Amino acid sequence: MVNHPEKRFPKEMFEPAQIDQSLIEKIEKPSLSFWQDAWLRVRKNKAAIVSLVLLILLIFMALVGPFLSGYDGEVQRAEHSNLPPRIAALENISWLPFDGTLTSRNGDTLTPYEDKRIEEYYWFGTDGLGRDLFTRLWEGVQISLLIAFLATALDMIVGVSYGAISGYFGGRVDSAMQRVIEILNGIPNLVIVILLILVLEPGILSITLALAITGWTTMARVVRGQVLKMKNQEFALASKTLGATDLRIIFRHLLPNMVGVIIINTMFTIPNAIFFEAFLSFIGLGLQPPDASLGTLIEEGFKVMLLYPYQLLFPSIVISLLMITFNLLADGLRDAFDPKMRD
Amino acid sequence: MWKYLLKRVILMLITLFLIASLTFFLMKLIPGSPFSAASKLSESQLAIMNAKYGLDQPIPIQYANYMINILKGDLGISFQFNNTDVTQLIMNRVGPSATLGLQAMIFGTIFGIFLGVIAALRQNTWLDYGSTLVAVLGKSIPSFVFAAMLQYYIAVKLGLLPVAFWRGWEYSILPTIALSIFPISIAARFMRTEMVEVMGSDYITLARAKGASSFEVAFKHALRNALIPVITVLGPLAVSLMTGSLVVERVFAIPGLGEQFVKSIQVSDYPVIMGTTLLFAALFIFIILVVDILYSIIDPRIRLSGGKN
Repeated sequence: MVNHPEKRFPKEMFEPAQIDQSLIEKIEKPSLSFWQDAWLRVRKNKAAIVSLVLLILLIFMALVGPFLSGYDGEVQRAEHSNLPPRIAALENISWLPFDGTLTSRNGDTLTPYEDKRIEEYYWFGTDGLGRDLFTRLWEGVQISLLIAFLATALDMIVGVSYGAISGYFGGRVDSAMQRVIEILNGIPNLVIVILLILVLEPGILSITLALAITGWTTMARVVRGQVLKMKNQEFALASKTLGATDLRIIFRHLLPNMVGVIIINTMFTIPNAIFFEAFLSFIGLGLQPPDASLGTLIEEGFKVMLLYPYQLLFPSIVISLLMITFNLLADGLRDAFDPKMRD
Repeated sequence: MWKYLLKRVILMLITLFLIASLTFFLMKLIPGSPFSAASKLSESQLAIMNAKYGLDQPIPIQYANYMINILKGDLGISFQFNNTDVTQLIMNRVGPSATLGLQAMIFGTIFGIFLGVIAALRQNTWLDYGSTLVAVLGKSIPSFVFAAMLQYYIAVKLGLLPVAFWRGWEYSILPTIALSIFPISIAARFMRTEMVEVMGSDYITLARAKGASSFEVAFKHALRNALIPVITVLGPLAVSLMTGSLVVERVFAIPGLGEQFVKSIQVSDYPVIMGTTLLFAALFIFIILVVDILYSIIDPRIRLSGGKN
């Protein structure tokens, strides 16, 4: 084989480059804001994008779902109790669970719709009181998400302020505030949550409060670490020299610089809150009827699992989907906002 | 070391004292009567009941009595379950819970570490993606949903394993799997990152250059160092097992601590709730301490604060 170095590397390539002083500072690519940069990186993560789409869909269904089937989730119809799921277009596809039949424990196929001469279609079936499970499911998702978002928002407010104040003022204030966190962390979350709910009586607010009280310490720690890192940097000192008050420095200069970290932490708190709410319902400390959340639906479904498995199946699938999508999205955001924080 | 240990133990006792006080006063705040048939009792009957359980005394005296009794190991008497001693009631139930917890912990961490190592050694292959999938599912699906699904499909539908109760080793298989899915996913994710990092370090390159087989490199040189940080997650994992045991024991009707706790909550049996809470808290704090100490023993690079003086 003959090499032709002179052809591959023409002489012109070896001429000294002209350095134009005026072009050195030229920015070749459009500058990106923090959010554009993050979005570019999240976009590359397929799992996070799929999760985001699914999540938007689930939240949309939580808002719209209760009105779709045309049944009220609180109307009880004894003659329509425990009907299996049936959907008009899908009822003849045998491998889908929407054909309106049930299998009894000894293997017989039951057809309650035909037996009771019911014309209606209950997409996800009905519960023991004849309430439409499709409506109840999405109402439950609404409540679960509401509790999760409220608890997370409280977490964020308390955690961020506590952490920022503790880190910014330092010294004795800091060590006193950190001791409080240490003691709180020494007590298992489960214990505090259960005790609080026993005292406060289960309800949306008390569950939210119990979740928020135990959840904020992680956020406080993360924010404190960030503040400690940033408070002596030039921009903070400059602002101080210009006479900005402490509060202004904290909230206008330091906090905007840690939005990424705060968002990541929040995204991990939400699935945690969803789980804890469902967990509390499952051990009998959840919402009281007629309120329903995903947890209480699973609880009720579990009690009749052997006879009517569909009552457990649908809420279980939805809660698992919610947890998976939130977790994957949080992972994706973490990688996008702060590559150093990858685990 | 000893100084540090003493400090930690003292802090532990203070926390326990706080928890005990907290439970006591919170229980006093709960509205309503602790007796199951309170509405059917007359004034004088209620007075007799209150006197019997010492509830007629002023709260500071009740508090002092409660604390003294705890020190003696006496957690009071159950209001609901045939007036049994709470200590007795709890002790009878420690066995199944401990067995289940240990099995899940051992199976979960070993299998999780195994998954993580495989994923790290075969990065970006289907093995890696499979193990990541298991990790994501295990972290996301709530333990009670998973337990109920296992029970329905494997025990009821396929009839492979017993559905519920606690009558022998085969009864513990499904609960153990249900309980260990969380440790598996956490250990796998953690192990993968550690292993990937260790495999890229200089001494691994040196071992390779020396001519060590890839098996030797992975298991003799890399695994040992990658394992050290995994110990830090053992503590939180053990704690999560306690949470999990509450629901898993309920799903599989296992006569353990968790099941007792859930039952007591449902019938508002305060002495049992308080006793179990204290036990859980004590276990939690103890496990965290043990893990911290283990960590410093295994990794000589880490010195417990104050260890040198």
